[in-house]
Amino acid sequence: MPTISTKKKNSNGKASGSAFKKEIYLSWYEEMYRIRKFEERALMLYSKQKIRGFCHVYIGQEAVAAGIKSALRPSDNMVTAYRQHGLALSKGLSSRSCMAELFGKATGCVKGKGGSMHFFSREHNFFGGNGIVGAQIPIGTGIAFAEKYRKTDTVTVTMFGDGAARQGALHESFNMAMTWKLPVLYICENNQYAMGTSVSRTSNVTDLWKLGLSYEMPSEAVDGMDPEKVHAAIEKAAAHIRSGKGPYYLEIKTYRYRGHSVSDPAKYRTKDELEHYKDLDPLEIIEERMLKSKFASKDEIEAMQAKIKEEIDEAVQFAEDSPFPEAHELYEYNYLQEDYPFIKD
Amino acid sequence: MSRIITLRDALNEAMSEEMRRDDSVFLMGEEVAQYNGAYKVSKGMLDEFGPERVIDTPIAELGFAGIGVGAAMNGLRPIVEFMTWNFAVLAFDQIVNNAAKTLSQSAGEFSCPIVFRGPSGAAGQLAQQHSQTFESWMANTPGLKVVSIIDPYDSKGLLKSAIRDNDPVCFMESEIMYGLKGEVPEEEYLVPIGLAAVRREGTDVTIVSYNKSTILANKAAEELAKEGISAEVIDLRTIRPLDYQTIVDSVKKTNRLVVVDEAWPFAGVSAEVAYEIQKYAFDYLDAPVTRVNSADTSLPYAPTLVEEYMPNAAKVIKAVKEVSYVK
Ligand SMILES: Cc1ncc(C[n+]2csc(CCOP(=O)(O)OP(=O)(O)O)c2C)c(N)n1
Ligand SMILES: [Mg+2]
Repeated sequence: MPTISTKKKNSNGKASGSAFKKEIYLSWYEEMYRIRKFEERALMLYSKQKIRGFCHVYIGQEAVAAGIKSALRPSDNMVTAYRQHGLALSKGLSSRSCMAELFGKATGCVKGKGGSMHFFSREHNFFGGNGIVGAQIPIGTGIAFAEKYRKTDTVTVTMFGDGAARQGALHESFNMAMTWKLPVLYICENNQYAMGTSVSRTSNVTDLWKLGLSYEMPSEAVDGMDPEKVHAAIEKAAAHIRSGKGPYYLEIKTYRYRGHSVSDPAKYRTKDELEHYKDLDPLEIIEERMLKSKFASKDEIEAMQAKIKEEIDEAVQFAEDSPFPEAHELYEYNYLQEDYPFIKD
Repeated sequence: MSRIITLRDALNEAMSEEMRRDDSVFLMGEEVAQYNGAYKVSKGMLDEFGPERVIDTPIAELGFAGIGVGAAMNGLRPIVEFMTWNFAVLAFDQIVNNAAKTLSQSAGEFSCPIVFRGPSGAAGQLAQQHSQTFESWMANTPGLKVVSIIDPYDSKGLLKSAIRDNDPVCFMESEIMYGLKGEVPEEEYLVPIGLAAVRREGTDVTIVSYNKSTILANKAAEELAKEGISAEVIDLRTIRPLDYQTIVDSVKKTNRLVVVDEAWPFAGVSAEVAYEIQKYAFDYLDAPVTRVNSADTSLPYAPTLVEEYMPNAAKVIKAVKEVSYVK
């Protein structure tokens, strides 16, 4: 488990000190850079119609995935919504299996069945991308229920957007999780918009972390543009959960640099707002910190970037070269019963 | 005078005209106001009617559908838009347990004049959760009326009828057909709920369909005509109440029936049509009723699987030949 070093960190400004060990900064950067490049390629491939359907990218939100990963264990569970490519990668799904899935290829992480919104991996304890807004909130609660039932110390991260936070299922879940002290870490990724609707237009309560308070759930707001802050908050929450005290809720404030999905021109927000958040780009911030702390030289960073670009190139080539599933596979994975009598008239 | 407009604009006109005519009509749903609708169906309506009558909701389908039901019980005529019917699943409780039953359980003390509308059906590679059809789900419930339509002229006339209807109506459109163009008159008109339309006359076989499956039916009929098979194409337009008479009359003439229904086969609209026809036109049938549905599976993402899953004109032609006993 990574730990916060004793050196005092600077809470504001781009070039803070080094509150964490070198390896952690390097891993954050690698994680975030991989996600950024993967998503940029996905957008480009969408425009070439290699990727179809809905496609929601994670660009701008990378620090959330990076901080969760460094603060938790691979054995911890995660469930999230459709904006999931970055989170899936951070849970350890390979770039190639994710890219192949976006292409709808048989070699994808779910064999071309799910596409952009539905990656799953039992091996990586990734319980999926859900396309129904808010549906994963009770599901994550149930995944945590099973962990408690089996008496493990696994944390289940249940992610949802600011829009999803308005679904009634959140309240039902929070209440039961608190009542039964379930080991679930609820994370609202507040990127400030649900499609074209800003948080303030959906409720009288715009501090989403406060939604936990009526259930007396420990609830906090976190700066999601900085992996240091994300990591620290998650580490604290996870310790609370593992000690058997029940759920924890974090509202992580972040921003998506692109539209809701590839078809959204995002006219509902100002250029200034976007520029403000681009100034907070977590990749640039971490790069600066690494340089300043001499954790990595410019050359070393470039070498890391080149390696990841190569990985993404290879993933695209792999996706390109892979076959589509065959037509008969339509009937696979609908029932586990092997001779299930489908209606085929 | 008539002009060529899109399905999107036809629906917009229907809602706008009814809102001008009746103050109690309002539109509510996700992104309907400031964003002009996820598919731009409500474009300009916020500007014309203001935020009291064109209302953006949070993502809270169960809640706002229920608010619609309560408002309808208390004298208003809500139009509740679901971004797609897949998300209306969250609101089934309010639609099925309340909108459909208010009149019955209150013995007429209260009614529920509400329209629930949005797109139904697959729209390309959108995968399992975003590709479902809901006509038969809703039509199974007494108390609800169900309209499913893409033709711009009929959509406008039927949506206006739905808004004026005193019973709850589930109105189903199509995500990928909003740009479909058709002739729509300037003058006001209504199209009554409960009547099918014969889209193409024929003598050898009847093809029944609805929503975007009508496109496949027409395409198949054109191809079949080249081979000397004359197909009559019926667009159901309303699913509940179903216009059996138009189908029976057609089958009495053609003696053969193929139902093209994008829904799953089990207990679907196609099954209902087949039942009624064997019951009321048994002596006129020269072959068993046959249907073309989506596959009896969830719809995955990969293009090869979508192709296998969806009904298409070739599958319709094959079915027609089967009931016509030609190779
Ligand atoms: C139940 C349901 N309603 C509506 C939608 C359509 N929809 C998809 S994403 C979305 C916005 C969700 O916003 P948020 O939860 O903030 O997540 P973000 O996209 O910002 O990551 C909506 C309305 C849906 N998929 N499911
Ligand atoms: Mg959001």
